[in-house]
Amino acid sequence: PSVRFSSVGQGRIEKVLIANRGEIACRVMRTAKKMGVRSVAVYSDADCHSMHVAMADEAYNIGPAASQQSYLSMEKVLEVAKRSGSHAVHPGYGFLSESTEFAEACKMEGIIFVGPPSAAIRDMGIKSTSKYIMSAAGVPIIEGYHGEDQSDEKLQAEAVRIGYPVMIKAVRGGGGKGMRIAHTAKDFQEQLESARREARKSFNDDVMLVEKFVEDPRHVEVQVFGDQHGNAVYLFERDCSVQRRHQKIIEEAPGPGISEDVRRKLGEAAVRAAKAVSYVGAGTVEFIMDAQQNFYFMEMNTRLQVEHPVSEMITGTDLVEWQLRVAAGERLPLLQDEIKLTGHSFEARIYAEDPNNDFLPGAGPLLHLSTPQADECTRIETGVREGDEVSAHYDPMIAKLVVWGEDRSAALKKLRYCLRQYNIVGLNTNIEFLLSLSGHPEFEAGNVTTSFIPQHYGQLFPKPSPPSRATLCQAALGLLFRESAGTQMFRDQSNDPFSPFASSNGRRVNILYSRNMALQLGDHKVDVTVTYNPDGTYSMEVEGEVFQVSGEVETEGQALFLHCSVNGVKTRPKLVILGNTVHLFSMEGSAEVSVPVPKFLAGVSTGAQGGAVAPMTGTIEKVLVKVGDAVQMGDALMVMNAMKMEHTIRAPKAGVIKKVFFKEGSQANRHAALVEFEEEEVIEVE
Amino acid sequence: LLRSRGLPTSTARLYHGDKVAAVGTQPDTQSQEYVDNYERMKDLVDELKERSEKIKLGGGERARKLHMSRGKLLPRERIDRLLDPGSPFLEFSQFAAYELYGKEEVPSGGIITGIGRVSGVECVVVANDATVKGGTYYPITVKKHLRAQEIAQQNHLPCIYLVDSGGANLPRQAEVFPDREHFGRIFFNQARLSSDGIAQIAVVMGSCTAGGAYVPAMADESIIVRKQGTIFLGGPPLVKAATGEAVSAEDLGGADLHCRKSGVTDHYALDDSHALHLARKAVRNLNYTKKIQVTTEPPEPPIYPADELYGIVGANLKRNFDVREVIARIVDGSRFDEFKALYGDTVVTGFSRIFGYPVGIIGNNGVLFSESAKKATHFIELCSQRNIPLVFLQNITGFMVGREYEAGGIAKDGAKMVTAVACANVPKITVIIGGSYGAGNYGMCGRAYSPRFLYMWPNSRISVMGGEQAATVLATITKDQRQREGKEFTEEQEAAMKEPIIKRFEEEGSPYFASARLWDDGIIDPADTRLILGMSLSAALNAPTQKTHFGVFRM
Repeated sequence: PSVRFSSVGQGRIEKVLIANRGEIACRVMRTAKKMGVRSVAVYSDADCHSMHVAMADEAYNIGPAASQQSYLSMEKVLEVAKRSGSHAVHPGYGFLSESTEFAEACKMEGIIFVGPPSAAIRDMGIKSTSKYIMSAAGVPIIEGYHGEDQSDEKLQAEAVRIGYPVMIKAVRGGGGKGMRIAHTAKDFQEQLESARREARKSFNDDVMLVEKFVEDPRHVEVQVFGDQHGNAVYLFERDCSVQRRHQKIIEEAPGPGISEDVRRKLGEAAVRAAKAVSYVGAGTVEFIMDAQQNFYFMEMNTRLQVEHPVSEMITGTDLVEWQLRVAAGERLPLLQDEIKLTGHSFEARIYAEDPNNDFLPGAGPLLHLSTPQADECTRIETGVREGDEVSAHYDPMIAKLVVWGEDRSAALKKLRYCLRQYNIVGLNTNIEFLLSLSGHPEFEAGNVTTSFIPQHYGQLFPKPSPPSRATLCQAALGLLFRESAGTQMFRDQSNDPFSPFASSNGRRVNILYSRNMALQLGDHKVDVTVTYNPDGTYSMEVEGEVFQVSGEVETEGQALFLHCSVNGVKTRPKLVILGNTVHLFSMEGSAEVSVPVPKFLAGVSTGAQGGAVAPMTGTIEKVLVKVGDAVQMGDALMVMNAMKMEHTIRAPKAGVIKKVFFKEGSQANRHAALVEFEEEEVIEVE
Repeated sequence: LLRSRGLPTSTARLYHGDKVAAVGTQPDTQSQEYVDNYERMKDLVDELKERSEKIKLGGGERARKLHMSRGKLLPRERIDRLLDPGSPFLEFSQFAAYELYGKEEVPSGGIITGIGRVSGVECVVVANDATVKGGTYYPITVKKHLRAQEIAQQNHLPCIYLVDSGGANLPRQAEVFPDREHFGRIFFNQARLSSDGIAQIAVVMGSCTAGGAYVPAMADESIIVRKQGTIFLGGPPLVKAATGEAVSAEDLGGADLHCRKSGVTDHYALDDSHALHLARKAVRNLNYTKKIQVTTEPPEPPIYPADELYGIVGANLKRNFDVREVIARIVDGSRFDEFKALYGDTVVTGFSRIFGYPVGIIGNNGVLFSESAKKATHFIELCSQRNIPLVFLQNITGFMVGREYEAGGIAKDGAKMVTAVACANVPKITVIIGGSYGAGNYGMCGRAYSPRFLYMWPNSRISVMGGEQAATVLATITKDQRQREGKEFTEEQEAAMKEPIIKRFEEEGSPYFASARLWDDGIIDPADTRLILGMSLSAALNAPTQKTHFGVFRM
């Protein structure tokens, strides 16, 4: 079905350029395909093999990896739009999506910008202006006093007007200095003086402002939509309170515990806000909400948000389709009273990052990637496939997992079930963290605020427990299956394929074959003694305990499952073996077990053998050592810049530098050896 | 007629009915006979496995501990790590030296030999066990080493020697050093095997003294483990005695010396595991491909369970069983295309497959008559003509005796069979599943007829004739003599004379007695027969086909 066009519209959209990458580009293309609209992708050098390029009907290179020279380059994007004959440009989110200039430039070229008018973008982009407009439109805003009258009486009177609790803040302040909170009129004076004292000391200035203080607020936002005919609707609210590094990681719709009354008020306030700026297209009005469900306007995002799918799931809409229709001049597909809220939806953002290291963003290859099965109630919004690289140049989001359930607890159960099936090997992800987060009793109760993570930090990072002995048996079994797969492969190529020697049965004449498989668990080794029984099962001895183990490997889709029985207990973990490491994923959790590299190979291996290697792909900023230098363990060798962070690479051992492989300014790949040490007597046989 | 092809394909189009099993019946597993048989054979198998597990340990605990404390792997671990991980190992003659040297226990004869896959290539592995008398060569050690080389030569298999031996056992030097089939033959063989294009790889993992030094030196490629492997013609004590020079073993013949200066060894290994890794690489670099010159078909297990063999065969050699029931539990899909089923029925002949390899099977169902011998001769000719390996299932008391049979020319018919067996150049594999007596042993490809492999079941017996018969023969001769001399020979005297003979035959006819002396390549569990035959066939098919030219058949 093609788009129906309204008479007052800006025109036909039969071809749309998506000025973005990753999951959102794929998301937009999916709808475009569904509507019969041809899609044009743009890509940087770093993205030439990306999924969004493969998905598009046409794709154009727009320059080097750095976004400044590619995805942010208006000239290049517009040039491609013209060259490809695109009728419209969909900016996605980020990049050019909230650029007034870009929206203007599109208009000048006669290309439809799928988004609001540039004026709305501009007005909402300036905080003070947006607050002013909203206040005038009757949208509740955070009250404050920024006046020149600094008398105690005036400030106290303003505090009363704003309503306690209030925040007293030095105008010149920063970093929490010169900032106090007054919960009641009684302690206002004391807090004011304290704040002034500190401000004078720190900034030599004691001018104060007073603002409404919202303690442990929630972040609640309303999806709105406007058309060119003066209609505007809301598609209910989303709660995005739980954040880390000021970024959302888990979102839901509708907001938990929000009454119908508040919901309607929120929606109506948001529609007022949209109408105040004659909003067209998809937009989000963000509010902060206190414990009493009072809400205050924060800002308006004039684009389709990352978390839009949760709103789609509860309203049964396709907001990208709406965007394209509205951009073409059509009326909104549904009016307010036709929009029904059904069920509950969650979105979890899966990031390449290390939650245990302050959520440090990561990059690297997706060596293994398997996802839950997508269906009506489960969406996997992603722009990467197994084998792709999460690039250090862009946002490290791997995917959004979106689920829908009849109610919040059903949806939450489904989310956790699906997260268990989202298995990634190759880089650190936040999946385990998302699981502990979504399983936290306070989260289950819907008690979410922006302080959720700091408040529950201890419980959200449980101490990892070592894999059980039964799990070690599973890992050993997985390794044995890999061996037989290797044998099988050899057998298939050989011209004597049926020889009983081409088998992995470990048979011996009259005796049983036992072998020792050493497994590496973090920094300690565990020996598993495997005895091959004549009936094809194994007896495995781990730390004195003997297990009867049998099983087989089953392929389902791209994933391997280990059907195994350990002392009669049958389980079916997902099995991933990459290099020397076995990964087992099951509903009970995941385990990672390695095979230690033999000493004689360790010497020549370039892998992460505790050598000085690049932790991720990045640029060498500084080289601190030269050939011949003697270094101690822990000495800084190089400084590299990756993912906008500085990393110092330290010597893994004491020694003399034999070679330095990189010079300043050069690019090092993940796990690349940075220096080589002089050879020494590493292996002592006796 | 050779059939060589690049890729193994099923050559025969299968028609309806071809899949139907041709041989075997469901035994009555509840019958007293079956139950008794099963129990007795099971006891013999359990005893075999118990004894084997004990032999597996090698030398005493102290010797093993000392060995391991030096960072060395035990010889069986070495083999396990040399082989492709998890692959099977066809070990030979575990019972070599079993109760052979009086009170001296020499498990496995101090040397472990067998065939296993290394980097995808079937190789003969010879590993000294330094925990057994320092790995020194007893007479039987030499014999076992030479037998392994013979297997390598007959089947064209690369040899890997894992050397860790003090050389000849000095107190027994007379039985080890001077003769043709003694120590020196090892190096003669190495040279000849190498000249035949059969790779010789040595891994020096311990001492290689005096004559032993020639194992790595004669090898095509050799590897040595630093601080463990030493090679010298004369060790430090000898050097001291001869020239007064005091030198450490490592300086005299260690890895550094031989890899850096002398060039006696080619590869320097940091430890045992490293050395075995290097040996695997050496095999990969042989550029060897196995070219089998027979047709193969996807294997199928027999339809009858292997352990039913226990209940069918039992341990009483006087009780008959149909060899077809044995065949039904060994061959693919229990399918056996019998040849001349209605003729000379005391020998059973026919075609089958084992692990997809074609085989011609000859099994005994009683004493050999002229017809049986001629039928077997015919069948051997067929297999030789068609390049089909022969499997002999030996359970034979001998050729029929008596006036009628002698007059019928049983001797020349038996000779036909012996000629055919001796001359057939297709791979021959013999399994003694019951008795192996007299000329029957010859006709059914006994050790003297150089089968590629010969195995014995634990219930089997081998001797020139049965103990009873031998005793009776001897008693009869004595009786006759006494009679001629006019002396009396009482029943008691006869019994007293027969008893030790029977006892001795019983003892010497035991498979353990045979295996200890290397009259076979091992005692095996009947239930493993199929697998062991499969591995043996696989190994045998490494050798290029040789044409058969039969000698004169006396007509």
